[in-house]
Amino acid sequence: MSVLLGLFSAVSIVAGIVFFVAGTVGLLRFPDALTRLHALTKADNLGLGLIVLGLLPYSGSLGAALKLVVIWALVQFAGATVAQMIGALAAGEHPPFRGRRRR
Amino acid sequence: MIALVLDGGIALLTIGIAAWTIRAADDFAAVVGFVAYGLILTLAWTRLGAYDVALTEAAIGGGATGVILMRAGARVKPAPVARPSKRARILVGALSAAVAAGLSAIVLLPPQPAPSLALEVRQHLASTGLGNPIGGVLMAYRAADTFLETVVVLLALFGVWSLGRDAHWGGRAGPAPRPGEGGALPLFARVLVPAGIVIGIYIVWVGADAPGGKFQGATILAAMAILAGMAGRYPPGRSSLSASALPAFRSPAPSSPIRPASRSR
Repeated sequence: MSVLLGLFSAVSIVAGIVFFVAGTVGLLRFPDALTRLHALTKADNLGLGLIVLGLLPYSGSLGAALKLVVIWALVQFAGATVAQMIGALAAGEHPPFRGRRRR
Repeated sequence: MIALVLDGGIALLTIGIAAWTIRAADDFAAVVGFVAYGLILTLAWTRLGAYDVALTEAAIGGGATGVILMRAGARVKPAPVARPSKRARILVGALSAAVAAGLSAIVLLPPQPAPSLALEVRQHLASTGLGNPIGGVLMAYRAADTFLETVVVLLALFGVWSLGRDAHWGGRAGPAPRPGEGGALPLFARVLVPAGIVIGIYIVWVGADAPGGKFQGATILAAMAILAGMAGRYPPGRSSLSASALPAFRSPAPSSPIRPASRSR
């Protein structure tokens, strides 16, 4: 049983890392803000979700497992909100933030 | 072996992000670099087993300071930066190198035995009623220091309050505008703020026996206040207070960090 659990964790965490790597590659390679957001949110949602899923068997207690799930849910929620806001900026619905050149 | 690769990677990333932040082309990029620097430092503290410090770095170094810097960067008007003379730059470089060398000497060549009260703290920790030695030191042994830090911040606020012009406060304090009905941010604030208040209080409470404490918890509470304030003024331009609202989205200047990437790089 513990072998199966270990295998399950390993597969989940590796799959999560794959999503993070793919999201990072997308962030660096995709041409504009909206497609980059698309890549980034996949890493946040699925990548972190799979890693949390893989860590659940090792969390030790039900409370700790619940905390991990809550962390994933909060990151999902924050990520979705930020993606919405940046997407609105990129689509020109609000005046964009502009950093000023320093030199 | 894996630990060595991991720690070496974190160390290299720390230095690399620090250098990138210093060289960043605009204020926004520099703040983003600073936040990333805070997060990589959090990882470093975690690897050192200093979970209290890691939490504080994530909450204050990465989060709260990042927000403060971003607001400041958006509000402060661009001023022509006079390039210092070569002699001044050499002097600054030499002084910085001296400080760095002094700090490295302290870290690398500590006095033997290193002066430490850690053992005594651990022996008498039970008498404070706290299980977390860091919480014990901050809240019991150094209670006056911890309290007076708050007083210093309050005095600084009074000072800025007294000396700053009224116009720079964005108007007289008053009832906050009603939160916007639509949009992702008002929804986010409505759902997250109650949960965030519970988490902030929980972090203070759990700090008695585990990593956590008043600095981290209070920073989360402050973040919730900032979030609620931002959501009340969203979307930008909705309220009459919008001159000071969401400055990160309103400051006019020549270039946008969110721009379609040019394919002709």
